[in-house]
Amino acid sequence: MHVEGLTKSFGRAPVWSDVSLTLPEGEISVLLGPSGTGKSVFLKTLVGLLRPDRGAIWIEGQDLVRLKERELYEVRKLFGVLFQDGALFGSMNVYDNVAFPLREHTTMSEAQVRKIVNEKLDMVGLIGAESKLPGEISGGMRKRAGLARALVLDPQIVLFDEPDSGLDPVRTAYLNQLIVDLNQQLDATFLIVTHDINTARTVPDNIGLIYHGHLAMFGPREMLLSSTEPVVAQFLNAQRIGPIGMTEEKDADELAAEARSGVKLPPLPPIPRQLKPSNGLRRRAERVAGEWCYVNGVTPPPGSFQ
Amino acid sequence: MRTVGEFLIFCGHTLRAVFRRPWQLREFVQQAWFISSVSIAPAALVSIPFGAVIALQLGSLVRQLGAQSFTGAASVLAVVREAGPIVTALIIAGAGGSAICADLGARKIREELDAMRVLGIDPVQRLVVPRVVASMLVAVLLNGVVSVVGVSGGYFFNVVMQGGTPGAYLASFQALGQLPDLVSGELKALVFGMVAALVATYLGLNAKGGPKGVGDAVNQSVVITFMLLFAINFILTAIYFQVVPQKGS
Repeated sequence: MHVEGLTKSFGRAPVWSDVSLTLPEGEISVLLGPSGTGKSVFLKTLVGLLRPDRGAIWIEGQDLVRLKERELYEVRKLFGVLFQDGALFGSMNVYDNVAFPLREHTTMSEAQVRKIVNEKLDMVGLIGAESKLPGEISGGMRKRAGLARALVLDPQIVLFDEPDSGLDPVRTAYLNQLIVDLNQQLDATFLIVTHDINTARTVPDNIGLIYHGHLAMFGPREMLLSSTEPVVAQFLNAQRIGPIGMTEEKDADELAAEARSGVKLPPLPPIPRQLKPSNGLRRRAERVAGEWCYVNGVTPPPGSFQ
Repeated sequence: MRTVGEFLIFCGHTLRAVFRRPWQLREFVQQAWFISSVSIAPAALVSIPFGAVIALQLGSLVRQLGAQSFTGAASVLAVVREAGPIVTALIIAGAGGSAICADLGARKIREELDAMRVLGIDPVQRLVVPRVVASMLVAVLLNGVVSVVGVSGGYFFNVVMQGGTPGAYLASFQALGQLPDLVSGELKALVFGMVAALVATYLGLNAKGGPKGVGDAVNQSVVITFMLLFAINFILTAIYFQVVPQKGS
């Protein structure tokens, strides 16, 4: 999946412009950015729910932006999307929600549907909750049910819209582990949109940062975690010092005042180890810790990868 | 103007989707059942007093003129031609349309519709078409209910309360009314059902801004449909009088 020069605005308010990136096949990528920078808009544009003003989105040789409505519905079957609150159909129970895409798109018998649905529910650990309605289960369970539904058509690209929002740290850790395990099992391309730094530091193979209407940086995890670029370092380490202000970006006066007062970003913290699949085997896309730093002659912050 | 254009495009999209397989029979039956369940009781309860009011209004005047035996004719004329479609329109827009709009609006703000599109399913084909067709069917049936209940209400008031004769009431049905009256009433109801459902689904699908947005959409849907239906009723009635020759003229 390859994005070229994507630009989007609502009326006269630009959201982001000229975003170009390639999601490496089979890898996990994270897209970060301060609140309100249009991360969710980017995700919706990727699946054709919103049309960009300019640019192209290439998937399997087709430009998604120029497809007709009917063709778009076909291409979307390649995608699985986990929406913020799971976006389950409120009138159906969990089982029917997960079975829905199969019943709509395939001519499988109910027995075959049951087999696949149970397999996916087992993957996300929801066996036993099949007959509950979305209103009766917790937010974390809704997300996992939404994930099971997104996976049921064996998508090649899975998009996650803030999988960790509204979850407690323990549930977030479980969900992150689930994402890594699923990537190993499905070998699909994952894109996670989030502003949870812990997720961004430990889960992905690649990180992208949207800031001030453009893609500030996109590359391997170790490249961004060892970067001293002010925006990247500020955001990935949750600091107040740097170009990102409370509302959007700081103006020149604020930055000058900051420079005069002599505060500086603290040194980069060590790069943590990447989350491994729970069965102990490698993911296909997994890289050796420190490989990127070594190849590119970057000295990682002391204490990294331990 | 832009909204009107978008609405017309939406109508075209819906029309094309009506003929596209697979047809959502299950959803259609569920929706038809749902719309009837919210609209039959209010429709009956509105049409009884309507028939009665006509009987009361005409009763004393007609008696003074000695034309008591024509009350039945007036009742048929008023109820079948006008009250039937109008009551149907009010109920379909107020009860059926608002329920449809609220349902779709809630789905929209919970991102259910986006989720559906991403799963490769067109919400217009899956949700809108069954609702529009169901609403048309129920409107036609509802018009029948309103006509029967309204005429019965008139009969009750004329015969039981005002001492008219049953035979005269029934016999005068034919004096002014004719079969095309009923046909035109049903056709009107069909159009009303379609317009009400199209407006309700369009506004529901385009609800935005959280729960308040859904409330606004429902409110707009009821107000806009009322205005549209009364305007359409006027136009259809005018056409009817041009096309179908009237008795006694």
